[in-house]
Amino acid sequence: MKSHLQWLCAVLLAGWLLPASAALSVFATVPEWGALVEELGGDKVKIYTATNALQDPHHVEAKPSLIARARGADLVVATGAELEIGWLPLVLQQAGNPKVQPGKPGYFEAATFVTLLDKPTRLDRADGDVHAAGDPHLQTDPRNIAKVAAPLAARLAELDPENAAVYQSRYKAFAERWTAAIANWDKQAAPLRGVPIVVQHKAFTYLIAWVGLKEVATLEPKPGVEPTTSHLGEVLATLQRTPAKMVLRAAYQSDRASQWIAERAKINAVTLPFTVGGTEQAKDLYGLFDDTIARLLKGAQ
Amino acid sequence: MSNSFWASGALALALLTPNMAGAASDADLADIRDQIRQLKENYEARIQALEQRLKEAEARTTQPAAAAAAPAAPPPAPVAAAPTPASATAAGSAAFNPAISAVLQGTYGNFSQDPNKYALSGFAPSGDIAPGKRGFSLGESELAISASVDDKFYGNLIVSLTPENTLSVEEAYGLYTGAGNGLAPKFGRFFSGLGYLNDQHQHVWDFVDAPLVYQAFLGGQYDVDGVQLKWLAPTDQFLEFGGELGSGEGFPGTSQNKNGIGSGIAYVHTGGDIGASNSWRAGLSYLQTRARNRDYSQTDIHGNDAQVGFSGSSRLAVADFVWKYAPNGNAQDTNFKLQAEYFWRRENGDFTYDRDASLGFTNTSNYGARQSGFYVQGVYQFMPTWRVGARYDYLIPGNVDYGTNAAYLVNPSFHPQRATVMLDWTPSEFSRFRLQFAQAKLREGITDNEFFVQYILTLGAHGAHKY
Repeated sequence: MKSHLQWLCAVLLAGWLLPASAALSVFATVPEWGALVEELGGDKVKIYTATNALQDPHHVEAKPSLIARARGADLVVATGAELEIGWLPLVLQQAGNPKVQPGKPGYFEAATFVTLLDKPTRLDRADGDVHAAGDPHLQTDPRNIAKVAAPLAARLAELDPENAAVYQSRYKAFAERWTAAIANWDKQAAPLRGVPIVVQHKAFTYLIAWVGLKEVATLEPKPGVEPTTSHLGEVLATLQRTPAKMVLRAAYQSDRASQWIAERAKINAVTLPFTVGGTEQAKDLYGLFDDTIARLLKGAQ
Repeated sequence: MSNSFWASGALALALLTPNMAGAASDADLADIRDQIRQLKENYEARIQALEQRLKEAEARTTQPAAAAAAPAAPPPAPVAAAPTPASATAAGSAAFNPAISAVLQGTYGNFSQDPNKYALSGFAPSGDIAPGKRGFSLGESELAISASVDDKFYGNLIVSLTPENTLSVEEAYGLYTGAGNGLAPKFGRFFSGLGYLNDQHQHVWDFVDAPLVYQAFLGGQYDVDGVQLKWLAPTDQFLEFGGELGSGEGFPGTSQNKNGIGSGIAYVHTGGDIGASNSWRAGLSYLQTRARNRDYSQTDIHGNDAQVGFSGSSRLAVADFVWKYAPNGNAQDTNFKLQAEYFWRRENGDFTYDRDASLGFTNTSNYGARQSGFYVQGVYQFMPTWRVGARYDYLIPGNVDYGTNAAYLVNPSFHPQRATVMLDWTPSEFSRFRLQFAQAKLREGITDNEFFVQYILTLGAHGAHKY
């Protein structure tokens, strides 16, 4: 018994003292930041992505696995703007890792580097699941990814100065390729300008602003509130006056409401990947926008 | 630098000496005009360079403040289109206000048996565990205030306002956040981390009332006045060790009026994911405390109500398990949660029959009891906002050795049990309405049909729920 105890203590102590891994350990709350860190860090980083594209990012639980991973992280990359408010504060509090607490270099919030849209003029839960700082779904505009990439690369370099040159050169390569890709997407998306659409959840504000789509209606009566039959009826009436080309939903959302409206209003129901991994084609950040544009173009026909 | 310096000097001089300017020739005037033009071009170039630098800074900066300043760069932006950065909104003395939230609750209860006679046959009464009042009643209202204290501590206060207009402090603790290495020291009053349900507040429970094991062995919930130290192992698998030292005043212990430590708790929890759809947590906990004159009333062998008292050690072991399933980890549409806990308790010490001598047979003898029980429950969200749940409770009065008191007290043999079903509707994260029906057989030959309607409203700061 005594020897067992000693053995256990030795193992625990070894686990405590030994560095977890030589690579910079990054905890990304959502897949897009995991993918971006992958672009910027390559094999210098070890990435754990806390959620997948089929999970509703508003409703995540502070699962034991997340707490365990936050414990060993050197950097937490979050969206911010209250997207992760229901779980990340609890995970960070239980992780016992002072490095990644808000305010420390090990905590990175993408939303602070982007001009947020749809900042509510009035804060009241009667308006649904409103985010005080503005719409947090900023990854649907590739220009925002570019805005986040620069400070994120700088942060990686700050935390891992030995590999600073690697992050800097990877950032340069990414920025060049990304700028070219945006120019290409802009060209591809030109026919989408002014196309009227319906969205299921207000999840595409930045995409709509970038591509120049026209949002006619929202299936959720209030942000985060499940679509009701009466509200869907109103949307249908709106669509008879102002027809739309398609109804958009993110891959993580149930297709019931958008199918219902698509059938009755005779418009296309389009599922967008929303983030990396949301569709089979959205394997990385490039695939995410390639596929988003392709699906929108198909839906607009 | 020097060019513009002399140019501005010339300009100033020209402006300050109107007489001289008036007397100047056309050639002088042309010269001054030329200088002014040069000056203008010079400054325009510098402004352009500054703008360029600002743009670069905007792209490269790692400081939120710089990003916040960026939207102000293009001057002709209309006011409505210029969004205020989040960091600029909090200002003034209110900026450091803590997060405040409140929980409002109430129930309507229908009981076929008198809730005032609520008891668990064969188990010592453990405080305020009655299922509630008949008819309409207000539940506990909860007020929570939390914030970072400074760079090292985080503080949390949760008070409960009872419908009887009394106030009780449920939790009031400080958390040392700077320890690192997976350590999280906590001190003050807090719900013990033993078991699964114990450290969850009543308003997040899946049923109106606590499982019978919590009622019988912990008086509902075990609150510690003391210190807690948790250590999270540096492994990808969640592995947490915890220890707590407290006053030991809460049931099954009693107030001891002595220096030192009244209760000790140790536990280990582990958990993880299985694929994207499954997550789980399991744990083992151990509580050791002492009771001194834990008095209550018990029916004796002759049917008399006798005052009895227990003094001695109480040890409790708990095994807990919870498994959650959500397709692809997305709990929004459908999800399922299975949870079970098993409690074992061993008490040894002295037991006094007829403590107040009202029956004239006061007798103290040695006492030993091994009792146990469990509950298992499942909650299924079958469509967005709607859940159904079922729970089964079972208590085992086990083996009670009354010593010489066996002449007055009978060894319990009845197994209290309860079956519960519930249906709840959660229109948003902040409101929940529940119907619950339970058939409870807690005393021999008596069946209580309990029916509840409950509401739970949460307002204020957005809280995060424990797993």
